[in-house]
Parts: sequence; structure tokens; C-alpha cells
Amino acid sequence: MDFFLSRYRNLTVLLIVIVAQLLLIAYQVKSNKDVPLIRVWAVTAVTPVEQGLELVRRYTWGFVEDYFVLLGVRSQNEKLQHENGQLKIENHYLKSELSTADRAQALSVFQAHSPSKTVAARVIGNGTGANSKVVFVDRGSTSGIESGMAVVTPDGIVGKVVDAYPMASLVMLVTDPTFAAGVISQKNRVRGTLKGLGQTKCLVDYAQNEEKVDEGEWFYTSGDDRIFPRGFPVGQVTSVHNGKTFKEIYLTPSGMQGGVEEVLIMLQGEHLQIPDSESATPGYKILPAPTESAGEVPQPTGQSSVLTTDADRLREQYKQSGEAQHRGFGEGFVAPDFTKIQGIRASTPAATNPPPPSGTQPSRDRQEAQPKPGSAAAADAPAKASVPSTASAPAPPKPKPRPTAPILVTDPTDADPDAVPPPAPKTEKPAKPPGSGVPPSRPPSGNQ
Amino acid sequence: MSEYTERLLTSPSRKNQSDRLRLVWLIIIPLIAILFQVYVPRFVSFLSYLELPLLITVHFALGRRGPIASVFYGMSIGLVQDSLSHQPIGMFGIVKTLVGYFAASVSQRFDVENPIVTFILSFFFYFFHQFFYWVLARALLGEAMIFDPQQTLLFGLLNAAVALPLFHILDKLKVAA
Repeated sequence: MDFFLSRYRNLTVLLIVIVAQLLLIAYQVKSNKDVPLIRVWAVTAVTPVEQGLELVRRYTWGFVEDYFVLLGVRSQNEKLQHENGQLKIENHYLKSELSTADRAQALSVFQAHSPSKTVAARVIGNGTGANSKVVFVDRGSTSGIESGMAVVTPDGIVGKVVDAYPMASLVMLVTDPTFAAGVISQKNRVRGTLKGLGQTKCLVDYAQNEEKVDEGEWFYTSGDDRIFPRGFPVGQVTSVHNGKTFKEIYLTPSGMQGGVEEVLIMLQGEHLQIPDSESATPGYKILPAPTESAGEVPQPTGQSSVLTTDADRLREQYKQSGEAQHRGFGEGFVAPDFTKIQGIRASTPAATNPPPPSGTQPSRDRQEAQPKPGSAAAADAPAKASVPSTASAPAPPKPKPRPTAPILVTDPTDADPDAVPPPAPKTEKPAKPPGSGVPPSRPPSGNQ
Repeated sequence: MSEYTERLLTSPSRKNQSDRLRLVWLIIIPLIAILFQVYVPRFVSFLSYLELPLLITVHFALGRRGPIASVFYGMSIGLVQDSLSHQPIGMFGIVKTLVGYFAASVSQRFDVENPIVTFILSFFFYFFHQFFYWVLARALLGEAMIFDPQQTLLFGLLNAAVALPLFHILDKLKVAA
């Protein structure tokens, strides 16, 4: 044995080492465990050196690398700046194109819905002159353009045609100092003359100091100048002062906000209604009338299909009831017996207010309380007359009835039938008219 | 070599100092080779084919001409390599143990100072190292490794080419030590 070991010592050591490592591998594979000690030693020995090398590399090679990288930064920066400039120009061009498309679309929509006959035109240049505000448009007499025609946009008036050439026209803008147009305020119907000032704002002249004009109020064309049809928006008041004789009303023309690019020239103008103040703001979106569902409001039989509101239906119902009793609806003071309307509970008419004698002149208050024919309150007036009075005969306690008559819903809380009280016996004070929840509309005036 | 110099070298203190220096080199050089293998290919990827720890093992075994020392040297380098890898410890250890043994055995029969012999031996041991590692990986670990003989031969040539100047430098360092 000793001879064997001494003779084959190297081979024996080799075999021992190989077998030991094989066993080590076998152990690791079999038990799926690692030999952390050797790994920890090796990693601990190697990684600090590696970190040091990395540190040295970062501060030497990294520096050299950065130097060579920075050599190309200047040219790259110039290239990027050039590219950035080109992209900015392209972006600006695309935005401009998009804006033009939006304006053209708005113009075409306005042109389609406007009753006036118009021709679309594009501003192609400015007129010369130190203080003049005139532009050329690409439509002329060959397109039917004549001097004195109004030029508008969907936002408001822009100016008027002062010269019509075959292929182009000269348009005086509202900001031109020589421009003038008749205007009227929306709320108080204050009339005046719009004058250009050569600036972005315009002046409304010849409005009396006593008349009331608020800031933010809209002015519309009055149609008095025979150039601009009535009812086109002019602008919004920015400041109001009392002058020596007339008010100094300054407004910003709404038709020129954001520049003038595309306009409409009115070949044949149609007067429009000046909108009420509630819906006056241009661009204010009003939702369409809600569609009726059969379960919400009972539909009386024989109702005309053109009636759309609850007040109209209620009025029609009472009118039919009055005609059935041979009494004119809204005429005189003898109201029909509306308790006979199907669906309304027959109340005891014991304490109805007696109608005033027909020969007596009703007082002013009573006249005001008396509803006008055709108004929604007129439909409620007979109902008020049939309400019993608690002072004379208190009504016996009855189970709470559910009103089945059509109800003019003016408040969301009134939509619940349970929330609506029955015709309770309290008529000492006048009952609230059904239309009281509606904001009072401006009475029809004759100055429209 | 003068008489004074011979006396200096044969004196016990000088001899011990020289041995310590050689021992430090024996530790540092494989460590540098392993560091090179794990660090440099991060930045110069085509240098990943260089198997410097193997070349260091071959150089040690050819120079020492002692099989047992070469066995342990190769085993140590292989185990450190295994430790820095994600495989069971012992794979590189076994392969480099065999390389160290065979290189030491061959060095007793050939003139390993000849560059051609060094080139051929380096090429042969690289190929043997790669092939035997592939055999072990398939046999012991069941890994489906791919052995590309052509690529291995090419890399073997490149490693052998690198081995010539590397061995020359290491010989200089050994003499200096």
C-alpha cells in the first residue's frame, strides 16, 4: 500500500481531489443547497477590487468618454435647435390650419341656419391708411357684392362693404373711426350709435345719461341704419360712464375677437329677434325640450300633438272644460266649473269666492291678479276660485288624496306627487299661481 | 552571477523574502485574471472568449512541473471561478484540476520554453477545458449545453495566441520576484 501510494502519489492526490469535488457537486445537486462559505469568501475577495476598478474607471475612462462625447454636443445642439425651430413652425402652421378649419365650419353652420342670404368671403389683405381699419375680401361685384352690405361673423358684426370691385371688396371694420351703426342694448333696450375709435374698442354714442346700461350687457344691431339687420350681436359693454350729454359706453366688438379671417357678406338681410337677457349670451347652449314619458304626466285625451309643455296641456284641458260648459275661456269673471274635469277631485264649492259683479271695474291689484288670456296663470285662476275657505267651514278630516290632475312641474321637488299638498282648506291668502316658480319673463314690449 | 549575488540569494532571509513575494504573486495574478474575466467583458464584449484563469493555471503548471501543486492551484482557481458563477461549486474546479495535473505532467516531457510548444499546449488545454466542462455539465448537471467545435477551436487559437505574450510577461514577473 505504501509502495502504491509513493509510486502513484500524484495520481492518488488527483483522484482524491477530483472525487472530493465530485462529492461536493453531488451534495449540492442532491440537496439543492449551496456552499455559501466558499462563495462568500470568493465574492468578498473579488467585489471590493471590482468596486475599486469601477470607481477608477468612472473617474478616468468616464471622464475621457464624456470629453469625447461632449465634442459632438455642440454640433448636435445646433442640429437639434434647427430641428426644433422647424417643428415649431410646423406646429404653428398646423394650429393655424386647424383654427381656420374650425372657423370655416362655424361660418358654414351659421350660414346654413341664418335666414339672411350671405356669401362667405376671406380676408385677403389690409387697406392702407394710418388710422383706417379696412380690409379687402376675396369677393366682389361678380359675386353679387355691393357697397353698403353688412359683413358679419357668427360672433357678431364685422363691418360693412364700402367699395365693391369685380374680384374683391373693401370692408370697413367696426373699429374704423368713420364707422357707424345703430345698436340697441339687450336688457333695457337703450338705443345708440356704434362708432369706431380706431382701437379695439368701440363707442356707443347718443345714449342718454338717464338710461340704464350695465357693464357686461350685450348690444345688438337695431336695424335702424338699414345696413345691418336687427338682432345681430355687436359686442359686450366693458365700461359705462356718464358724459356731458350722452353716456360714454365702450364695448368690445364680438365679431372681431381673435382676428378676422373669414366673414359672411349679407346679400339680403333678415331681421332677427333680440334675445332675452336670460339666453342672451352668444354661444350659450340650451338643451332641447325634455321628451315626455307616458308615466310622468298623464296625457289628457284629445290633446293636440303640437302642445309640448305642461302649461299648454293644462290650458288646453281647462279650455275644453270651459267650452263644454259654454263659457269662454279667459273671458269675463264667471269661471267655468273646472271640478268637472276628469281627473280632478270634486271639491265642495261651499265657500267659493263670489265673482265680482260684471259691471264693477276691478281694481288695479285685481287686474294684475286676473291672469291674462293665454297665460299659464290663467289656467290656475278658476282653480283658485274653487278652493274652499277654512274660515267659513273647516273641512272635515279626509284621507290625503292624491292629485290626479296634470301638474305644472316647475320645481324638482314638485315632481313627486306625494310632496304636492292636496287642495288644503286655507284660502285666506291667495294661492300661489302655478307659474310662480318660473322666473318672470320679460313682458312683451312693443319696442322690439 | 557574481559570488556576492549567489551568497545573497542563498542566504535564508533573502530566500524567504523571495518565496513570500512569489506567494503573493501566485495569489494576485489569478485574482487579476478572474477580475479580468468578470469585469472587462462588460465593456469589451469580444474579450469574453479569453480564459485567462485557465492560461494562468497552465502557466503555473508548466513552470512548476509539480503535479500536486498544480492540482491544488488549478483546483483553487477553479473553485473561485465557480464561486462567482451561478452553478454548483466544483465544475471549474474539477476541470482546472485535471488541466493543472496534465500540464504539469506534460511539462516533464516537453520543452515548455519553446513558444511553439507553449502555443500548442495552450490550444490543446483550452480545447480540453471547454470539452471536459461540457461533458461534466451534461453528465453531472444534466444541462443541455451546446458544444460548438469550430468556435471552440477558433477561440482555442486565440487563447493560445494570447498565451504567448502572457507567459512571457509572467516569466518576467517570476524572475523579478
